Amino acid sequence: MAKASLSQHRALPIALGVATFVGAFVLLEALLRYGVVNKYVVPLPSQVLLSLERIVVEENILGRIRETAYEMAVSCLAVIILGVPLGAMLYRWRPLRRAVLDWVAAMAAAPLVLAFPLFLVMFGRSATTVIVMSVITGLAPIIIKTTEGLLGVRPVLINVGRSLKMTDAQMFRMILLPAALPTIFSGIRLSWTFVLISVVGIEFLINLGGLGQLINDLAERYDLPGTYAAIGFVILVSVVFFMLLERVEKWLRPAK
Amino acid sequence: MTLASTAATGALSGQSQLVIENVFKQFGEGPGAVTAVDHVSFDVKPGEFVSVIGPSGCGKSTLFNIIGGLLDEYSGNVMIERERIAGPHKAVGMVFQEESTFPWRNVVENVAFPLELQGVNKSERLDRAHHFIDLVGLKGFEKLMPSALSGGMRQRVSIARTLVSGPQILLMDEPFAALDEQTRLLLGDKITQIQQDLNQTTLLITHNLTEAVQLSDRIVVMTYRPGKVKRIVNIDLPRPRTSDVVSSDAFGHYVAEIWADLREEASRGMADSESARRASSRG
Ligand SMILES: Nc1ncnc2c1ncn2[C@@H]1O[C@H](COP(=O)(O)OP(=O)(O)OP(=O)(O)O)[C@@H](O)[C@H]1O
Ligand SMILES: [Mg+2]
Repeated sequence: MAKASLSQHRALPIALGVATFVGAFVLLEALLRYGVVNKYVVPLPSQVLLSLERIVVEENILGRIRETAYEMAVSCLAVIILGVPLGAMLYRWRPLRRAVLDWVAAMAAAPLVLAFPLFLVMFGRSATTVIVMSVITGLAPIIIKTTEGLLGVRPVLINVGRSLKMTDAQMFRMILLPAALPTIFSGIRLSWTFVLISVVGIEFLINLGGLGQLINDLAERYDLPGTYAAIGFVILVSVVFFMLLERVEKWLRPAK
Repeated sequence: MTLASTAATGALSGQSQLVIENVFKQFGEGPGAVTAVDHVSFDVKPGEFVSVIGPSGCGKSTLFNIIGGLLDEYSGNVMIERERIAGPHKAVGMVFQEESTFPWRNVVENVAFPLELQGVNKSERLDRAHHFIDLVGLKGFEKLMPSALSGGMRQRVSIARTLVSGPQILLMDEPFAALDEQTRLLLGDKITQIQQDLNQTTLLITHNLTEAVQLSDRIVVMTYRPGKVKRIVNIDLPRPRTSDVVSSDAFGHYVAEIWADLREEASRGMADSESARRASSRG
């Protein structure tokens, strides 16, 4: 009984996660201390841990997190608000879809960051530049997945709606959208990944604002433990975003 | 609108409520074209229970979609209360052959869906949904999601969802195909009972012979490709009728009689696919 319930326990995945993290920490520490990996390239995990306090105290980490998180939040919301309707439009208008969908897919692969000087000219060295560039970077997957999800709705479900004489708006809201939601959410996850990387990357690149700039500064000072600690904070913020997304998805799609 | 009044206003005594006239439907063009429905004509009177029976692939679902107003490129006429249909008709409720529950709604929410569209208030909606859930034998499963149900149970959810709004004309495409024989017989009884109570005009598409004889006033037997009407058989078994009828002599006679027709068509169908297979393995 006790054994059977142990593998079912809700804390088990969390415990496993922590254990993996600690294991990797210890392993890396050992590899560095025995010289298998060069200490001048990768800092000791224990040093990274020790540098945390310094970074928090000296580098205004809370303010930076707020700034980065703000840019991320705006970009993540914008990507949904723009991407889902655009995807729905491509679903609705077949000629437009055939003309544009390949382009959109190509856009996802384009190294848009390289165009940053252009955006600097348009929006200055500001949060706007970071947000606009991140939204453009993250838009493609959500558009493509929304279109794909809507196209994949089983015809019989649409026929049920038609036989009930539903209006187009009802059909979209009550059948197409909920049926496509799982696919749309996988698009959101992809898009958000691009957005989060892009926000920090562009902050780094144009040396502006939050955590990205901090990483840039610390790296330039050759403060390796500090750099890695700052990267740790980026990961932390990203994890929070994805946890929130998971919450929303659970709320929208009750128990499968 | 109450259940009783919808059915009562729909009853046009004497004349046909649903007329299918020379309906013809072809898929594709040129030599590869498939004639799915070939000049099919029959009618259904108010309150009558008619079954269409025929071998797999003979065009039954195609006909079902045409009558339901979901396919509009066909020739011929489908008329409901003497008017040619243009798209889905409000008096018609459809049960589809494929699984059609909404996976994001639980059982009650699925069944109450048409009432939600009609703006019925929540407590009445739930009352009526519960009544039909009970009727199809799913009491106790109200809160489960379709993914937690078996195929046959999901099909019963779809049946309840269609019955809940009390359509004057009920169209069903092999609704019992995923059910075991016992459940099929019992659910058949329930459907006949509602159909009789509400005087519902019913068209059932099926390939199950006992089911057709058990439930119908008339049976339209279709040929294998192209789907034509081979014969229309009147079933003069007494009503009210329950599944006990299957053990009677008269029942046996009807089954034997229709089976002779069907066997011919079904074996044509088998031979057809056999030769197609040989042709493709040779080529
Ligand atoms: N959308 C379509 N495009 C092309 N051919 C089709 C289409 N729908 C059906 N057909 C063809 O029409 C014929 C009749 O199909 P239909 O689904 O109406 O048969 P059915 O009698 O309902 O069969 P079953 O009993 O197996 O459900 C088949 O040969 C099928 O291949
Ligand atoms: Mg069929």
